[in-house]
Amino acid sequence: MAQATVETATLETSVDSGVRSVRGSSLLSQLTRSASGFAGLIIVVLIVAMSLIAPLVVPEAKPNVNQIWSGPSSRHWLGTNNSGQDIVTLILRGGRTVIFVGFGAALLTTAIAVVIGSLAAYFRGRFDAIMLQITDIVMTIPQIILLAVMGAFFELNSPFALAALIGVLSWPVLMRSIRAQVLSLKEREFVEAARLLDLGTLRIVFMEIVPNMASFILINFIIAITNATYALIGMYVLGLAPMSGDNWGIMINDAWISGAMFNPNSMLYILAPVAMIVIMQLGLIMLSRSLEEILNPRLRDR
Amino acid sequence: MPDPISSDPKSSDRPSSDRQTPLMELSGISQIFKTKRGDRPAVRDVNLTVNAGEVLCLVGESGCGKTTTARMAAGLTKPTDGTVAYNGQDIWSMDKDQFTEFRTSVQYVHQDPYASLNPIRSVYKTISAPLRKHGLSKGNDDSWKQASELLRRVDLTPPESYLSKFPHQMSGGQRQRVAVARALSLNPKLIIADESTSMLDVSIRVGMLNMLGRLRDELGVGFIFITHDLAIAKYFGWEGRTAVMYLGEVVEYGPTQQVINDPQHPYTRALLNAVPEPDPDLAAQKLPGGGLRSADIPSLAALPSGCTFHPRCPLFEEGLCDVTSPELSLIGSRREVACHVVARESGRAAADASVSVSG
Repeated sequence: MAQATVETATLETSVDSGVRSVRGSSLLSQLTRSASGFAGLIIVVLIVAMSLIAPLVVPEAKPNVNQIWSGPSSRHWLGTNNSGQDIVTLILRGGRTVIFVGFGAALLTTAIAVVIGSLAAYFRGRFDAIMLQITDIVMTIPQIILLAVMGAFFELNSPFALAALIGVLSWPVLMRSIRAQVLSLKEREFVEAARLLDLGTLRIVFMEIVPNMASFILINFIIAITNATYALIGMYVLGLAPMSGDNWGIMINDAWISGAMFNPNSMLYILAPVAMIVIMQLGLIMLSRSLEEILNPRLRDR
Repeated sequence: MPDPISSDPKSSDRPSSDRQTPLMELSGISQIFKTKRGDRPAVRDVNLTVNAGEVLCLVGESGCGKTTTARMAAGLTKPTDGTVAYNGQDIWSMDKDQFTEFRTSVQYVHQDPYASLNPIRSVYKTISAPLRKHGLSKGNDDSWKQASELLRRVDLTPPESYLSKFPHQMSGGQRQRVAVARALSLNPKLIIADESTSMLDVSIRVGMLNMLGRLRDELGVGFIFITHDLAIAKYFGWEGRTAVMYLGEVVEYGPTQQVINDPQHPYTRALLNAVPEPDPDLAAQKLPGGGLRSADIPSLAALPSGCTFHPRCPLFEEGLCDVTSPELSLIGSRREVACHVVARESGRAAADASVSVSG
């Protein structure tokens, strides 16, 4: 054992990156061992890659009055829509907004929840009480109705605004569970030791306590992506978000309004975006489930 | 080993002489925990001092207030009564800079090395964080060098093989050494060691104690050393002083050599009597239960009247011990004992001695 430790010591210059990559690679190798988790990871990576690359490569689908509602053919694999646009092209180009809003809103939600939740738990007192009041208020407001009202009042045509709106509304649940975890973590002795070394409050909260819940935050981030995606698609289906550009949500709305589901030739126009969303959500859920099993030892051998 | 009894109680060898300001002075500190089922006086009216480079051992059984006292000394909890003074200044009325100075000069080594190190931090990160935060190191290379030096000081050699390890890759003894190295990183004047060796294997304990002793001698670090093990107090604090605590009060306080070789308070005697005796013949001579009248520790919620030790005390005298609470009074030259009977006997012995000398 002594020899082994001496050997690792020679890597001293790259301690940081070395340690991190070891942990990262072990996470990845554990993920490959779980079939569903690995499948989920591949699905998510493929869809994200497709949605990010396709708009740069595939040209915009041009309307063609002669090709309205044509069924699947060798030129149009999934047929065309009510203005003669190729559905495959629409699908390929339509993922970007959905994924951007999903990730953006999840990032915002997680960031707000982590910052407020951990600070509220660490400081307790009045700050905690006020923050809990705010979460109560945000949680009791029915989200979809607020989104409807906001969508009616403001022009939500930028994906940033959509991500911000969804992100700002969905943090309270995660904030509460992070607060609960910090309440228990902050009583651990290493936090007291950091306090005795006068490391500074922000450093103690965000460098000593929060990284201990990294896996929990990661899993909740993925769950937040699925929730934000559903919220966004819901807004599109209800027609609350502006119908500019092309994305899966707008496709569903458009197909619904133009009655695509009553024509067997046009059925694919509504089914294709729904299928894309379902597959992506499935991938995310599979990924988060097996990450949970890997990162939470209590769930491992069941 | 008993000291020559000097007639002047304030003789020059008394460590807490008035001439120098003690490093840490606890005067009349109490901690009363308020619970739904009434108050729990965990520590009552404790007076202790530690001078620079001195060792003070706090000894007592579980729940006697040792850790609570130490936490108040470290400034982790505010005493409900009394003052904690560092270099003669009350720590709870210090300004920000002074408190920072106090905070960095008084360090604490926890009991459980499995809980006191952040599981996601490598040893290097753990030790270098305070160095960086307080501007003691210039850049990465310097932090690395200083961290190695600190590990060498706590006998973790070669330091390079430990710096990149995580707590879960080390044994309890190694972790505890890392905790000590971390406490040393800010060049403290006083280290409060709260049962720091009791979680370790007996075989590792001596090495740890020797290491701490070397720090005391070489760096002149003062120690408040908390233990329930009198053998450790004897080993580590032989040159220093020992305070024996019982139910939140100091019952005997004096030089370790006197307290252990010649215990006066009946509770200290009982504690020493409880040390296992390897010789079966000698063990058979021991009184069952250490000569105590009861083995039950009274609850803090319902403390006995008068002297809190009277329901268990072999020297109990009705009408005296269960009525008035004894104060710490000087027995001999340097030792204080809180016991009516011992104080009376020693007063009588001193009177007899002076009579026999004069007659």
